[in-house]
Amino acid sequence: MTISASQESTADQASEVQRKFGISVEDYMLPARRQIQMVAPDGALKPDAEQGTEPGHEYPIPGDAELIAAYERLVVGRRVNDQNSALVRQGRMAVYPSSHGQEACQVAAAMCLSEGDWLFPTYRDAVAVMAKGVDPVQAMTIFRGDWHGGYDPQEHKVGIQCTPLTTQLLHAVGVAHAAKLRGEDTVVMAMCGDGATSEGDFHEALNFAAVFHLPVIFFVQNNKYAISVPLSHQSVAPSLAHKAVGYGMAGERVDGNDLVALLAVLDRAVKLAREGSGPLLVEANTYRMQAHTNADDDTRYRDNAEVSEWKAKDPLSRMDTYLRSRGLLDDDGAARIADHAEAVATQLREGLGEDVPVEPQNLFRYVFSSPTPQLQEQSALLADELAREEAGKAAQKEAGK
Amino acid sequence: MSPTITTSSEANGNVSAATARAAASAAAAAEARGPQSVTMAKALNTAMADAMRDDASVLVFGEDVGRLGGVFRITDGLMDAFGEQRCFDTPLAESGIVGMAVGMAMNGMRPVIEMQFDAFAYPAFEQIVSHVAKMHNRTRGALKLPMVIRVPYAGGIGGVEHHCDSSESYYAHTAGLKVYTPATVADGYRMLREAIDSDDPVMFMEPKKLYWSKDQVDLEALAAEHAAHRAAGSSSEGRAAVARSGTDATLIAYGPSVPTALAAAAAAAEEGRSLEVIDVRTIVPFDDETVAASVRKTGRAVVIAEAHGFASVASEIVARVQERCFHQLAAPIRRVTGFDVPYPAPKLEHYYLPSVDRILDAVDDLQWEN
Repeated sequence: MTISASQESTADQASEVQRKFGISVEDYMLPARRQIQMVAPDGALKPDAEQGTEPGHEYPIPGDAELIAAYERLVVGRRVNDQNSALVRQGRMAVYPSSHGQEACQVAAAMCLSEGDWLFPTYRDAVAVMAKGVDPVQAMTIFRGDWHGGYDPQEHKVGIQCTPLTTQLLHAVGVAHAAKLRGEDTVVMAMCGDGATSEGDFHEALNFAAVFHLPVIFFVQNNKYAISVPLSHQSVAPSLAHKAVGYGMAGERVDGNDLVALLAVLDRAVKLAREGSGPLLVEANTYRMQAHTNADDDTRYRDNAEVSEWKAKDPLSRMDTYLRSRGLLDDDGAARIADHAEAVATQLREGLGEDVPVEPQNLFRYVFSSPTPQLQEQSALLADELAREEAGKAAQKEAGK
Repeated sequence: MSPTITTSSEANGNVSAATARAAASAAAAAEARGPQSVTMAKALNTAMADAMRDDASVLVFGEDVGRLGGVFRITDGLMDAFGEQRCFDTPLAESGIVGMAVGMAMNGMRPVIEMQFDAFAYPAFEQIVSHVAKMHNRTRGALKLPMVIRVPYAGGIGGVEHHCDSSESYYAHTAGLKVYTPATVADGYRMLREAIDSDDPVMFMEPKKLYWSKDQVDLEALAAEHAAHRAAGSSSEGRAAVARSGTDATLIAYGPSVPTALAAAAAAAEEGRSLEVIDVRTIVPFDDETVAASVRKTGRAVVIAEAHGFASVASEIVARVQERCFHQLAAPIRRVTGFDVPYPAPKLEHYYLPSVDRILDAVDDLQWEN
């Protein structure tokens, strides 16, 4: 066998799909005709026939334990988003691109993964980073204006939250490729937004993943805006999920505010990828409820009416209603979860309120594995400046006595 | 199921039993034959093959590097020798090649990737500047990226447009990248092995006009030298070489300009002028010590590079020498560089490239007393 299964004939792929799903390879790769939605915005479970599933695009409802655990992370995620926005207003964080309204996507993206799997997040995916197990204060390091990414990517199998759009998708491809060459069954979750699908690296990452037949889930949170620019200016494709077929991978659309559907779709995507089906593209239909960041004014480019319309589709109230209707959540349970969320908020307030001591020599310490002679010279120059500054202060103090 | 390869995420990967056997049989097959006539292309090719044999995490990929062996044949035979999992062709997308290599390096591999031509590397610039160069810093050393980006660069081969750029300044200007450029056949082997060993990312700039230059070189002796250095934890990184000793003035050059500088020094010798030639070897890190020592001795210097002179590596060298050697200088330091025009391939390139005559003219201008 060659390195890339796709270099096997497409006929092999077609017969594999036919055998496994009973549908043609085109029907497998094209998204189902409608998005997958299991719980309606009012919290009612939709009848099977109306969930958007089709032959070969079938999604069982996730188990109760998974749903409850996910709901807890959802509530924590909302509290984290709102706490961080408050900390920005108070000047205790530099910036925070909030995923308010997108928390279901955040939680599902992390929860569908197993321990050894990797997650490659963007700057709006801090809640997903936390849901993968990173300490909340560590996850917010870059937003407090620190010079480094906080957590150790190797320890948590989470890339540093990435600002240059879609560049991290290629890193996801590389991590998956290395794992595949070693015969490991690692799955990699690669996250981006709708605007990012216009970037060249989006195309290159999807194509590389497909050609090398790698276990990568490309998870696009279509929140309708790239700062101010609406989706209609990014793409006129039938949907972003339809782009998958152009690369020879399967695509699916899912209601991005329906945590049940998200878990169902992503769990299956991870399972398929781990079994060796190659990469998949999942588009979550969601909405960025708040401005891009605190520096943005969203009233300049969208109507309140549109925002209100999406408020009615909120992922939290929907999940709350659904779980209560199933008898999986009661007031005591909700209170316990609220306490947990409040504890995380307190942790953030305290952790981000602390003054982190600044170590100027860290400027030079990590540029290379060991500093070059040139960096050593510059480090000495700065040390000398600082020593003279200290000496000056001491002399002033002495004179002041 | 295809065989999988075993790797170690250790900085210097373990040698698996299979690769150890392969190395042993290769060593047995190759008798010590002493110096042979070897091209730089062969030296680079052997360096990659030896590194792949020693460490199963070393992978070679890029455009046309597999079946074809690269458009310059530098990866010739690697796919046959090591299989399609270790040496392979990618889709035609440079950002994809570099970005995927970043992820592989994050996950235990040591990718050696080829950009095919200098000007074809520009689509990968964002990956190189924003990730390759910064990953170690932004993770406080938690993630090392032991990867080599091979860039066939510079002109003098009659190439058409977009095939002859001297792009080293872009990379040298970016904090977090090491920039190597060999000028001799032996350094082709030595420096590529060291680049592959490096835990930091290396931009490996290969002067394409020197690919077919030949020298008497003992590749097995170089492999043994490399093994000994590696065992001792030493490297020639950051060390310039005195390519020719002299007393009257110093010519400072790197990569494709070193042979031109040597030719100029040979011509000057016939006229009774003794020129020292310094081969910079690694632009980053730069060997201030060797360069400054030479200029302090001679008191005069000319810096030679093919790249445009404005805001260039040559300009940086002039500044560094001036800062260190001002009181020993008998004349302002001169530069002989490419003009500040797009690379004029191929009919006008001989007007553009630093030539022996232009170097000798610059030397003549160094305020000689008689």
